[in-house]
Amino acid sequence: MTLKTILLGACSALALAGLFSTAASAETLTIATVNNGDMVRMQGLTSEFTKANPDIQINWVTLEENVLRERVTTDIATKGGQYDILTIGNYEVPIWAKQGWLLELNKLGDKYDTNDILPAIKGGLTVNGKLYAAPFYGESAMIMYRKDLFEKAGLKMPENPTWEFIGDAARKITDRKGDVNGICLRGKAGWGENMAFITALTNSFGGRWFDEKWNPQFDQPEWKAALQFYVDLMKDAGPAGASSNGFNENLTLFQQGKCGMWMDATVAASFVSNPKDSKVADKVGYALFPVKGEMKNHGNWLWSWNLAVPNSSKKADSAQKFISWATSKEYTQLVASKEGWANVPPGTRTSLYNNEDYKKAAAFAVPTLAAMNAADITKPTVKPVPYTGGQFVAIPEFQAIGTNVGQLFSAVVAGQSTVADALAQAQTATAREMKRAGYPK
Amino acid sequence: MATQNTKTLARLMMAPSVLLLLVWMIVPLAMTLWFSFQNYNLLDPSNVSFTGLFNYQFFYTDPAFFQSIWNTLVIVVGVLLITVIGGIAIALLLDQPIFGQGIVRILVISPFFVMPPVAALIWKNMIMHPGYGVLADINKFFGLQPVDWFARYPLFSIVIIVAWQWLPFATLILLTALQSLDGEQKEAAEMDGANFLSRFIYLVLPHLARAITVVILIQTIFLLGVYAEILVTTNGGPGYASTNLAFLIYRTALLGYDVGGASAGGIIAVVLANIVAFFLMRAVGKNLDR
Amino acid sequence: MARSVTTRHKVTATAAAWVVALIIFFPILYTLITSIKTEPEAIAGFSLWPSGTFENYITVQTQRDYFKPFMNSVILSVGSTILALIIAIPSAWAMAFSPTKRTKDILMWMLSTKMMPAVAVLVPIYLMFRDFGLLDSRIGLTVMLTLINLPIVVWMLYTYFREIPGEILEASRMDGAGLWQEIVYVLTPMAVPGIASTLLLNIILAWNESFWTIRLSTTNAAPLTAFIASFSSPQGLFWAKLSAASTMAIAPILILGWFSQKQLVRGLTFGAVK
Repeated sequence: MTLKTILLGACSALALAGLFSTAASAETLTIATVNNGDMVRMQGLTSEFTKANPDIQINWVTLEENVLRERVTTDIATKGGQYDILTIGNYEVPIWAKQGWLLELNKLGDKYDTNDILPAIKGGLTVNGKLYAAPFYGESAMIMYRKDLFEKAGLKMPENPTWEFIGDAARKITDRKGDVNGICLRGKAGWGENMAFITALTNSFGGRWFDEKWNPQFDQPEWKAALQFYVDLMKDAGPAGASSNGFNENLTLFQQGKCGMWMDATVAASFVSNPKDSKVADKVGYALFPVKGEMKNHGNWLWSWNLAVPNSSKKADSAQKFISWATSKEYTQLVASKEGWANVPPGTRTSLYNNEDYKKAAAFAVPTLAAMNAADITKPTVKPVPYTGGQFVAIPEFQAIGTNVGQLFSAVVAGQSTVADALAQAQTATAREMKRAGYPK
Repeated sequence: MATQNTKTLARLMMAPSVLLLLVWMIVPLAMTLWFSFQNYNLLDPSNVSFTGLFNYQFFYTDPAFFQSIWNTLVIVVGVLLITVIGGIAIALLLDQPIFGQGIVRILVISPFFVMPPVAALIWKNMIMHPGYGVLADINKFFGLQPVDWFARYPLFSIVIIVAWQWLPFATLILLTALQSLDGEQKEAAEMDGANFLSRFIYLVLPHLARAITVVILIQTIFLLGVYAEILVTTNGGPGYASTNLAFLIYRTALLGYDVGGASAGGIIAVVLANIVAFFLMRAVGKNLDR
Repeated sequence: MARSVTTRHKVTATAAAWVVALIIFFPILYTLITSIKTEPEAIAGFSLWPSGTFENYITVQTQRDYFKPFMNSVILSVGSTILALIIAIPSAWAMAFSPTKRTKDILMWMLSTKMMPAVAVLVPIYLMFRDFGLLDSRIGLTVMLTLINLPIVVWMLYTYFREIPGEILEASRMDGAGLWQEIVYVLTPMAVPGIASTLLLNIILAWNESFWTIRLSTTNAAPLTAFIASFSSPQGLFWAKLSAASTMAIAPILILGWFSQKQLVRGLTFGAVK
């Protein structure tokens, strides 16, 4: 009892002391970031930056993607001013820039070669000719497949595969007894999870989210064909529990050798080909995201994680200095020298793909570049649309709509709803939200 | 002895907490009420305007609305059933003389100390995961197909997780009440030859009535607001199968950033919670009076 | 004869109790075990025999400093509990010793303030915190946690104080004790166990509060709930690392709970006894 009393006393003294102490320091940048491998690596290298800039200190706020997005959005929209640098996607950048929430990045320094940034990526971060965010890494989507399983089944991946071929191949490879699934695809509900894939798939099927007058298109045949194809494929050749599999779950499955094919973000390539984590590292082949029949649309998946400065930051100059460092060619060199070329953040700079060392170390470099060049987020669909964005629709309402629709589609994969019902519900729900938001604008 | 003086003193002593809670209740409530009449989307702050009751109508006509109310009730009732029945059973068991009572009690109350998101993460990844969870391993051991809990039985899975967190609380309160039961009474009943069942129904259960009321009351307040477990595990799906009212508001507020709609949802939730509380008090509240 | 029956009874009861206890404790136990497995081991199927590596803890610690959020958790939970006790003790005292017709209604009303869904008031509260400069401050979060738990604190204390027999007060007054002496020498010793268990329960509740502590903090005030939010689903294998991070987040409060369970149990009745 006495020990406890002392302990409690000590704790409360500590608590009170802590309550009234405030940390004061000259120039501390607070950076909000997502807990992806590349970002965590950047945190590990922070000291290299602070060594060169002793007057700047860095405070990291690392959060899981959804929590990060929710925290950062609340803060920037209410002008809370908690962060000096934000990690945001190319979905947010144009929307926020139009609201005037982001500072133009114009002090990145002379050595920072903005023309070196991949045009597709840069286009998504530029509003009215001004750059509002610097890409840290970028990705498109492609097919990752098991060369050994294809060989065993007597199949050969064509240069430009079609969905018809993928469907047949997936069913042929599937070996339920051997715990090999022909194909692994995202099924977990979320606008950045299953809807990213399904939207890209539908793009390649010739479908679109909205027509020119912002009417939802779920009642159109392209959506029905795409969703039916996806659901049937998952049933015949997908893994158990597919409706809760997101990027990370599928990555684990593929690394464990349980998927014949996987269509997902190109960044996955460096994980599945890393022998430390992947049992199939030496057996992975890559191909372009498939097309439907004679159509030429490869889905137009394009994503980048970018660093941006909110206009509420009072330390904009230091913030730009950090961004310039973290997204520079020199940073790439730094990572390469410390962790090897295969681990540098991909998908942002042309110079990286001209680097022979990188091409040698990363077998996925060329297919990744091909995938990124095949993506065009300004013309994502076969038919004309009033929006931009490949695997998403770049309007503020999309997060809510996409997640809602994602839930409905995920229920079909879980076997609790039908394609027709889900599409009808998606149509109603989307029309409702769009009407509320005041479209057509 | 209760003079005017002591009464005044008593009021003075109560004042700080009552005033604080009054402010704490009224200020957010007033602000929420205010926002619930505004067309206010966080992502479009330049476009704020008065919309009257539109937010309420919009929230009420959400395709998930009625299902979310039903799911809320299922979660509350389901968890209460499991924790009260399970709690009584475990309390009866722990009331027996057993070896290692202290350790057993520690093990049983441990889930209460786990923060909700961690509890949900543990259950999702370690226990119920269809590929790597322990339950899947058990199924595989018996040659059965692993169950994809969150896709097949989403609401049931969430009830299980939440019940796991609250079982210790119920057990502890019921156990304390059980231990206060007069030993002589028990022995007398045993002497009379009453078997276990009749002893339980006529002696133990009436004695526990008050404790059960407390468990129901406190848990209901917390259970109406369950959302973290849903967010971590099913995200309200598949479809709307595991969306409860608190999660629907969460979705409106932090995915749609629709402050007006979420505020309207909050007001609706408060009204519904008070209706539930009213019936609850009518049904079990008299047990609280001595 | 009678003795053997009781022994057998005891053995049966023991076996049943242990089985139940282990099932309830299993998810936590398995997390502890998984935290000292390697990542491939963690997903390789059921096993209670880890290879015993501490690599995950080291990885977690290098990715995200543990000490600061831990200190914040301690400061916030202890600070808010003490603040709540200071406000609640007089109130509960008055309710218990000078009850009126409305005492019960006031208690019920206090509890009902907890029914507002937190997320519905996030934006109003965030705006208020911004205007008062309380975002990411320990003081702001302490006040927040105090308000959230105050109703429970008042109720627990009230039910505990009510059990103190009034006759003792009267007796001491007969002896000519003043109010101050009454409080210090008669009531405080009787009230300490109740206050102690209230304190413990509320430290636990405050420690585990995970909505406001994540939304209103950034770095300076971020407690362990925010710490765990950065480990939930990164890329690649994460089962073992997640287990390690989870263990680090719950271990302190679990240990506190274990050591103080007798205290906690005594007061965790909410007036349910009698």
